[in-house]
Amino acid sequence: MAKLKESATVISQRILADGIYDLRLETKIAGDAVPGQFVGVYTDDKSSLLPRPISICGVDKEKNELRLVYRVVGKGTDLFSKLSEGDHVDVLGPLGNGYPMEEAAGKSVILMGGGIGVPPLLELAKRLSKLSDDKRPKDIKIVMGYRNDQTFLADEFRKYAELYIATDDGSLGTHGTVIDALNEQSIEGDVIYTCGPMPMLRGIKKYAAEHNMKAYLSLEERMACGVGACLGCVVATKEKDAHSHVNNARICTDGPVFDAEDVDI
Amino acid sequence: MNTKINIAGVEFKNPVMVASGTFGSGQEYGEFVDLNKLGAVVTKGVADKPWPGNPVPRVAETASGMLNAIGLQNPGIDVFIERDLPFLQKYDTRIIVNVCGHSEEEYLNVVDRLSDQKVDMLEINVSCPNVKEGGIAFGTRPDALYHITSEIKKHAKQPVIMKLSPNVTDIVEMARAAESAGADAISLINTITGMKIDINKRKFVLANKTGGLSGPAIKPVAVRMVYSCAQAVKIPIIGMGGIATGEDAIEFMLAGATGVAVGMMNFHDPYSTQKVVDGINKYMQEQKVDDINEIIGAVHE
Repeated sequence: MAKLKESATVISQRILADGIYDLRLETKIAGDAVPGQFVGVYTDDKSSLLPRPISICGVDKEKNELRLVYRVVGKGTDLFSKLSEGDHVDVLGPLGNGYPMEEAAGKSVILMGGGIGVPPLLELAKRLSKLSDDKRPKDIKIVMGYRNDQTFLADEFRKYAELYIATDDGSLGTHGTVIDALNEQSIEGDVIYTCGPMPMLRGIKKYAAEHNMKAYLSLEERMACGVGACLGCVVATKEKDAHSHVNNARICTDGPVFDAEDVDI
Repeated sequence: MNTKINIAGVEFKNPVMVASGTFGSGQEYGEFVDLNKLGAVVTKGVADKPWPGNPVPRVAETASGMLNAIGLQNPGIDVFIERDLPFLQKYDTRIIVNVCGHSEEEYLNVVDRLSDQKVDMLEINVSCPNVKEGGIAFGTRPDALYHITSEIKKHAKQPVIMKLSPNVTDIVEMARAAESAGADAISLINTITGMKIDINKRKFVLANKTGGLSGPAIKPVAVRMVYSCAQAVKIPIIGMGGIATGEDAIEFMLAGATGVAVGMMNFHDPYSTQKVVDGINKYMQEQKVDDINEIIGAVHE
């Protein structure tokens, strides 16, 4: 489906954990959205003009429902947290490329999320587990990192595969990072799909290279247009990409998901 | 009802263009708007070689606007001619290529490469605040602007628009320098240099420290500058700075702009250009304006 901007209707909003909100919208954008893509959400503050990039946590095509789970980090997301049933909000999408699910066929895959990088992996877990036999991964393991015992979405991940948890404060699961959890639990696999803060993504890129694994990283950066025109959100790439010819891929359009080997982070 | 305008012998179906750097080379927003409906597409600045641009973060939102310090990242003239121009040439719209460079030689290289290309006009970027050398150095002193303009005019096969910076003491003096050096038109304003600081991290938000401010926040500054220049020069002016609606475009035209460009607001609403075209038509119907040219510079002492 082509990208579009439209006024979406709020179906519901609830709080999942401190500062973490679960917003469900009715919008045509849900149509062909795939895991790993994101949308640009606009505030109703007329002096705040740029869309906020928010990852897609869930898609229900039949109901035209898009689920966004986000953390309140500033003025824009604070305004989103006040939306309730029946409100309208402008949304631009679906944006970006999404996770390459075809790389999972017959492989052992590990989904690794950290903090507000957890939500986009939920739709991926759902889609991977529903693939036909020839396309499905051999097995799926899920490793999620949280600040503390407020492990939002954890029960939903458990519907699709075994879930391992790491917490910064050690209140639950492995005390430490998602990589500490891989080591502690001896979790092995062929392909990693991940989203999370940059230090975690750097760690996973290094870990994957050392263990001869493929890793697909979802990156974020400050964005303006969201559609590949402004060149605001770029990441250094190993090879010159077809669009820029200067080793600078656009995260919003060429990504946000990149093969870890292709980006210099 | 006539919406056609003419700049340096080039006819545009309507005055609505886009501001360089906010529309890529048309492809990205072609998914949202019909490029055939626009007066012109003004491309992202192109140099003689690929430019990597600045480190990230390159953009930051500000009240009713944004700062950017992209640093003119571009794939270079070879890729531009091979890939971007053929895409634009498929549409029934005018093509204005924005040209950037670090030195006179680099500007002239691009101008020469475009001489045999199907391009309607050139817009020369001597006003980007985000590149360290060249660029704005030519656009902040009248003698330097005069010199680069006359050199480009010697080489250019298409009419030349000089894009002016607002980051000068007197933009009128710059407009006069461009005109006397033979520029066919001027466009203004480029972005206003600004800065944003993250008070919690106690750091600059942009990696480049400073960036160019654009969006509705700068519109009154831009309208004033278009007006002042229109009083001083005879060559046509393309006005820009925060245009979001047909009303905004009309305001620039009343101040003296012949063409208008939609810039940052493309990022707010990818359908902005179409809405500005529709808004101009609506104004003309409501105000019984038969010819858009009637309103150009209609407000003056």
